[in-house]
Amino acid sequence: MTMREITIDHLGDIARGAAILGTGGGGDPYIGRLLASSAVRTHGPVRLVPLDEVGDDAVVLPVAMMGAPTVMVEKLPSAEQVGLAARTLATYLGKELTHIACAEAGGVNSLIPVVAAAQLGLPLVDADGMGRAFPELQMVLPTLYGIRATPMSIADEKGNRGVLDTVDNHWAERLARSATIDMGCSAMISNYAMSGAQARESLVPGTLSLCAELGARVRQARAEHADPVARVVERLGGRKLFSGKVVDVARRTVTGFARGEARLSGMDADTGSEMVLKFQNEHLVAERDGITEASVPDLICCLDRESGEAVTTEGLRYGQRVVVIAAPADPRWHTPEGIELAGPRYFGYDIDPVGVSA
Amino acid sequence: MRIGIDVGGTNTDAVLLDGRQVLASVKTSTTEDVTSGIVAAIDGLQRQRAFDPAAVQAVMIGTTHFINALVEAHRLAPTAAVRLSLPAGASLPPMVDWPQRLVDAVSGRSYLVHGGHEFDGRHIAELDESELRKAADDMGAAGVRSVAITSVFSPVNAEFEARAAEIISAQLPDVAISLSHEIGRIGLLERENATVINAALRELAAHIVDGLAASVSGAGITAPLYLSQNDGTLMDVDFARRYPVATFASGPTNSMRGAAVLSGLDTCAVVDVGGTTSDVGVLRQGFPREATTDVSVAGIRTNFRMPDVLSIGIGGGSRVRGNAGDVTVGPDSVGYELTSKALVFGGDTLTATDIAVATGRVEIGDPSLVAHLDRGLVRAALDRIAADVADVVERMRTSAEPLPVVAVGGGSVLLPDELSGAGTVHRPENYAVANAIGAAIAQIGGEVDRVYAIEPGRREAVVEEAKQEAVDRAVAAGASPASVGIVDFDEVPIPYLPGNATRIRVKAVGDLQLGA
Repeated sequence: MTMREITIDHLGDIARGAAILGTGGGGDPYIGRLLASSAVRTHGPVRLVPLDEVGDDAVVLPVAMMGAPTVMVEKLPSAEQVGLAARTLATYLGKELTHIACAEAGGVNSLIPVVAAAQLGLPLVDADGMGRAFPELQMVLPTLYGIRATPMSIADEKGNRGVLDTVDNHWAERLARSATIDMGCSAMISNYAMSGAQARESLVPGTLSLCAELGARVRQARAEHADPVARVVERLGGRKLFSGKVVDVARRTVTGFARGEARLSGMDADTGSEMVLKFQNEHLVAERDGITEASVPDLICCLDRESGEAVTTEGLRYGQRVVVIAAPADPRWHTPEGIELAGPRYFGYDIDPVGVSA
Repeated sequence: MRIGIDVGGTNTDAVLLDGRQVLASVKTSTTEDVTSGIVAAIDGLQRQRAFDPAAVQAVMIGTTHFINALVEAHRLAPTAAVRLSLPAGASLPPMVDWPQRLVDAVSGRSYLVHGGHEFDGRHIAELDESELRKAADDMGAAGVRSVAITSVFSPVNAEFEARAAEIISAQLPDVAISLSHEIGRIGLLERENATVINAALRELAAHIVDGLAASVSGAGITAPLYLSQNDGTLMDVDFARRYPVATFASGPTNSMRGAAVLSGLDTCAVVDVGGTTSDVGVLRQGFPREATTDVSVAGIRTNFRMPDVLSIGIGGGSRVRGNAGDVTVGPDSVGYELTSKALVFGGDTLTATDIAVATGRVEIGDPSLVAHLDRGLVRAALDRIAADVADVVERMRTSAEPLPVVAVGGGSVLLPDELSGAGTVHRPENYAVANAIGAAIAQIGGEVDRVYAIEPGRREAVVEEAKQEAVDRAVAAGASPASVGIVDFDEVPIPYLPGNATRIRVKAVGDLQLGA
């Protein structure tokens, strides 16, 4: 299925699918979906361009929201704020933008670029920088290709904007995080400006189509009283790890991130076993009876057992019946450089990554 | 003595209590004007057990009237939503995700004004008073009669909402004003939606409350009148005029609170089996656990205090289909047509009530009309009901600790004496009027729900401060100081925010201070 444009009717499926690829993070996409609906209603459908059709000289700009989802649901962002971030960077670069892209596939940030594209009247590239969601902004495949996060722009709703030019991508994360807090913890950013050639090389193709397709599969499976989880696993080429009930969730805030663990007690074929999910916004490690079954960079998704909807790490609570699935990340995440950037050790788990195959 | 009344969609139930002892209980039909049904119910109590109206110390009423008015889009006032947020928030104006039918029903108008706070209390922008005055002019010209004011992060700092209310009232003294920080939580659209709904119901609330007061005083009762709230505490009539939205979920809450008193269990799961659904909630220290997620009301997302209730389509009127091997119960129901459609009433539809009668657990209608039913089918249908209800109860548990189950409501005869995974089912006396009893024994509460920046070493002090404030609020609302205690405490760190930002919720509750 190749999607050539995004209309209001696609947004629900995209949000649902993005929440799955968000692997427990990415926030509640509700506000993102409303903003995207409003932008598409005002400016018309957004043209979606397959990655391989982006010309070499294209100027591609990923846009995203940075900050606390808790703040975003209170201090609502505006479409103008999203457009401002992109325009600020283009002005700094002295280039005419040709395409908008997604930095990550997950919750809010798969929909913010739709808002930007609608508002600026630009096509959106059907791709993203991760093929999933990660918590820090240097964790994108373009980092592996030497593409710099900066210059990057950051904009708030008041019209304040800044451009950062940092020595490396880790500093970009650090300085942007402080600016975000001063801006009231909900900012729009634009970074990893790249040529069309760089985009084709470094982005993960087809992500928005994939989100829409995953969302549609879940919706259709429910309508047919079929198993939505199985349809997701099949499409992602992944594996069902565990079916169980949440029996304990422990959370703590460490340097601004919500870290924690959820314990699941097995049901059906998994009765008698236990799974522990370890997360920092996103699910990072899944252990079954003490043995690691899957880990970052691969995708670990927790889905509601009946509805197939993604359960965010914030939304985990005792008694939920969930199915944990794992799916392979883009193979480039499994190179030594990819593992260094987003493997288990980066997140403080002293284990080698455990890959998933169907 | 006190009187508890629950005005449901179908039945108006009333009880006369002395302390916690039930002296009389009646079930009457709810009338269209509500008040005559209440008068009939009080008469019914009087006939069952004559009492001196002057000896009644308080009357508590739980009503579904306001939520029904919203669902039916009936008698809603022309309402304006004022949001203090600019330059933030313009892309998603008030009522952005409402069903058009309801926007029309409230003649919804919106105004965006500069103002609002950041998460840490800084101003997004200064409140623009001239913009507000211009908005008030426009509202006056448009015939707006009720205004909902929402400011960004008002649960952290409500100064702008209060100031905006002064300005609008000065210009439009006759409009009712609802402030969001008094109604909902963090989550602007959901809190604003709840506030607009409240505003739209203000005129109807004044009318209904007057009617309730008249029907009570018409019965010679001079005691104060209270309405029960979503959280199982009481509000006085002035509060009810201002916050009708706080009565929305009082029905299930009253059933649960009544179940607690009747069974003597204050931490339990309650299954309230009605005609079309079974509602399952959880009581902690005698109060319903609140929903932590947004709750949709008439298709509108809101985030005010509501009990966490899970419903399944199993009730006395549920249709029973299939055979012993593949029986299904519900989710569709014959509803109010039970008395013409069920087999025991000479109808042609097999319902859950027929199953209950066939087992001999209860005698309704003509038992001989179900004597022919296949015993295997009857057994299978009961097992189906028990399994489905047990599953919902299991879902509602939030910890591994065992949770006793209390069954109330007219349809609770459908439940077995044991539920798998839950053990014995408690079926207290007076179970059919648990809701009216819940209204009668309701208490007075005070709540604090705020985001605090907790400095190192200050956690204990901050928590103490929050608890004391909740206690003070309960006393200010009419609770007897000696009886007030903390019934709920919740502390959640907020990710991505600096300064160890933590959301603290505390609820204190005490007995109503009865007549001097």
